[in-house]
Amino acid sequence: MRLEAKPMPSLAQSLAYPLGAVAVTLVIVSALVVAAGASPFSVFQLVLVGAAGTPFAALETLTRATPLIFTGLAVAVAFRAKLWNIGAEAQLYVGAVVTVVLGTGALPLPAPILIPVLIVASMIGGGLMLLGPAFLKVRLGVDEVVTTLLLNFVVLLFVSMLLEGVLKDPMALGWPRSASVIAEARLPRVVTGLRLHYGFVLAVVAAIAVWFVMKKTTLGYEMRAVGHNAEAARFAGIPVNRVLLKTAMISGGLAALAGFSEVSGTARNLTLELSPGYGYTGIVVAMLAMLNPLGVVAAAIFVAGIFVGADAMSRTAGVPSYIANVMVATALLTMVTAIMLSRFRIRWR
Amino acid sequence: MEALEILFTASFWVAAIRIASPLIFATMGELICERAGVLNLGIEGIMTAGAFAGWFTVYSGGDLWTGVAVAALAGAMFGALHATLTVPLGLSQHVVGIGITLLATSLTYFVYRLVLPEVTSPPRIEPFRPFAVPYLSDIPLIGPALFNQTPLTYLAFITVGLVAWVLYRTPLGLAVRAAGENPAAVEAQGMSVTAIRMGAVMVGSALMAVGGAFLTMSAFSSFFFEMVNGRGWVCIALVVFGSWRPGKALLGAILFAAFDAYQIRLQQVAEGIPYQLFLMMPYVLSILALIVMSRRASYPKALMVPYQKGER
Repeated sequence: MRLEAKPMPSLAQSLAYPLGAVAVTLVIVSALVVAAGASPFSVFQLVLVGAAGTPFAALETLTRATPLIFTGLAVAVAFRAKLWNIGAEAQLYVGAVVTVVLGTGALPLPAPILIPVLIVASMIGGGLMLLGPAFLKVRLGVDEVVTTLLLNFVVLLFVSMLLEGVLKDPMALGWPRSASVIAEARLPRVVTGLRLHYGFVLAVVAAIAVWFVMKKTTLGYEMRAVGHNAEAARFAGIPVNRVLLKTAMISGGLAALAGFSEVSGTARNLTLELSPGYGYTGIVVAMLAMLNPLGVVAAAIFVAGIFVGADAMSRTAGVPSYIANVMVATALLTMVTAIMLSRFRIRWR
Repeated sequence: MEALEILFTASFWVAAIRIASPLIFATMGELICERAGVLNLGIEGIMTAGAFAGWFTVYSGGDLWTGVAVAALAGAMFGALHATLTVPLGLSQHVVGIGITLLATSLTYFVYRLVLPEVTSPPRIEPFRPFAVPYLSDIPLIGPALFNQTPLTYLAFITVGLVAWVLYRTPLGLAVRAAGENPAAVEAQGMSVTAIRMGAVMVGSALMAVGGAFLTMSAFSSFFFEMVNGRGWVCIALVVFGSWRPGKALLGAILFAAFDAYQIRLQQVAEGIPYQLFLMMPYVLSILALIVMSRRASYPKALMVPYQKGER
């Protein structure tokens, strides 16, 4: 068998394949639901209601989508330039650490100044976190996939050390937990009394900004060129290594914003439970969005909805909530396959 | 106990070889995949699936070797999925690999919760027992370390020999290596690059799963979440460290495991140093090894390059 490039797909075709991927995912997940002794129809209904059935549920989905938008953007930016950043989890925690270090009273500033300072500082921290692996890649040819993956474990242990050491809240009665950030360092809630905070607005603004940079600026053009064909880009006079290092700073910075917004917006303090793998799920979000920054917002809400909905569903239907993780991973694989099939025709000969 | 004395205790070397065993299986698995030209980032998830499959088989009444076989089969199935997407369809090996890890891990956790909904402490099985090789196990220091281990550890060492023999002494091994270096030449010989690569990924994934099964069937005797804990990623670093050669990779795995066993013991000796710094050391060591080795690393030339029949 061989693959043949298709002509540009029509709008209907380019929609049909992703929808087919969703359908295949639903069939596979249904099989697991049946294996768990429940009815797929009622389970999907429960997930849907749990994710968006009430205003409260819908806002909870948007709250959960916020860190995923940031990590999804981080991955989308990096993967577009073929910088394989699998370390968004580590960069997220660096952003959270920076937020806690500066936001628990070290900088006695009013909120309109302190919050921008925290945003910039955590972005720099996260960017530097990825700059190391990116530097090793361009200078020594060290594969960034493995270094960023391994650094996730190093950073998590480092955070654990901080939480039992210098950052430990003396009032926490033995729990490894930092002190809470001061009132001026907290992102305000969008609706009083509900968890949705302005981090979500910041995430959407970030998505628009990333879209603008990727589509309308020289740097964005260079990043796409490097990702498309690094050799050709170098031949065309694009400073490939410098572009990759800039990409690393942007990508790491975006992932760190997830840590900032989680601490400042919802958690208030830092624990090792801050992220249930948002960094890894960001990869799925970015791929579902086909690396499009605006698509990341939609994909993040979709993925967050599955998680929030599945939590609610598993309480009533008794299907383990890990079904959400299975569904998201399956969606990733079916989606990349669908994108490929929309561009190539398989010839069996 | 002084920091240096640790190195001269038999229990230290026994632990080092025991820690090395799952890494040896999984590193050989990854090495086979990469030698054929496919980076398999599914390793972390496949090890998780293998750890559960082997454990659950024994837990539901199967014998230990059946458990190993079931684990290998589960690994081969995830390998088949990985290979189908990356070899004939030529999808990004990075993305598919991460996807396989996420899928295998979440599917394992889902099935675990399905079959054991209410358990708080993971149930135990009767694991492989150490088997002392007569006479050889009486050698001081080396004897207990190498010749008083569980059968799975012996199997790990046999696997290294077998992989080296097949890769370098058989036509099949030549074909696998050529598929990772110069696939067009393989096709010119009338062989199918697709079939060789898919086979290599399936066999390699089966070995990764057996590596995972070692954790539940020889080391810990029960399954718990996040038990693989980055071992898969370490194995990818070990393949680079071993320059894609089975013997060197084995040496790397033992060196790494000795270091890991050492830091565990050092924690008890060194007072006042946060234990997390010790736990970090294996990962930091892997990164350092990558940096040192990558200067002279000779990647298989067609690694991560999808092959299309008739293309140059």
